[in-house]
Amino acid sequence: MKTKIFPLFLIFTFSIIFFVFYKGLQNTNIYTPETKSEIKIPNFETKEFFSKDKINSDQIFIGSDYYLLNIWASWCVPCKEEHKYLMDLSKKENIKIIGQNYKDNFDNAKNFLINLDNPYDLIFFDNDGTIAIEWGAYGVPETFLIKNNLIIKKIIGPLNKKLLSEIKELTK
Amino acid sequence: MNILKFLVSVTFLIYFSSSDVKAKNLGIEITKNLRCLICQGQSVYDSDSEFANSVKILVEKKLNEGLDEKQIYAYLKNKYGDWILYDPGFSKNTYFLWLLPILMFVFGGAIILKKVILKKKKL
Repeated sequence: MKTKIFPLFLIFTFSIIFFVFYKGLQNTNIYTPETKSEIKIPNFETKEFFSKDKINSDQIFIGSDYYLLNIWASWCVPCKEEHKYLMDLSKKENIKIIGQNYKDNFDNAKNFLINLDNPYDLIFFDNDGTIAIEWGAYGVPETFLIKNNLIIKKIIGPLNKKLLSEIKELTK
Repeated sequence: MNILKFLVSVTFLIYFSSSDVKAKNLGIEITKNLRCLICQGQSVYDSDSEFANSVKILVEKKLNEGLDEKQIYAYLKNKYGDWILYDPGFSKNTYFLWLLPILMFVFGGAIILKKVILKKKKL
């Protein structure tokens, strides 16, 4: 009896292990933990893109309007993909789009906006990427929906049709 | 008098340079304990990704602002969650992680003990 149970047990265990690993193959290997949303936005000082004037974050995110912070760079290919969705959102009256220019070259960034049009109401610099860390961002592109100085939605990676309609739904 | 001036300046130099070195070492120490979130399997210190480089600069900045090691960990944990720390604290999310080895140890010990007792009984 004992000798029969053991091989069965072995086969059973290995098939479970095989199943788990096989399933795991199809999963993305980047693990992003759930962080509590509705985090307060950070406070930072930076420079405005065109005028190069010093600007504080509390001068950017004022009152109870909806703000969409988009971290972008001219060297970032997915940023070009999501650009049309930002243009679409820039037509909406009740939402202000703020651009955070991440580790970029000014001339390249300017050309990017000339070639593809500028959806942003305001752009500021993040030359060493530390402001992105203050936001809790991973890289470019990344988008935050903000209301009343709280982050209500965080989007890692480029925007798409589904996310666009989600944002529109949230900001109705 | 001149000698005194010289001595004072030398001590100042030594004092400041050593504190600078200390801050740098602490920065390295801290970044070694942080997980690079976009290049998993590497620490922030080991990685050269955009994300890791920014974290390194930020840690230096925070050290200069006068934050200590624990405050910097807490700060980053607040932004990115427990996952960024290689040594996550004991909380309701991590108690299973911390207690599992002890549970396994106790369980294994119980099995061994049982076997030994059975063997003794047979003898």
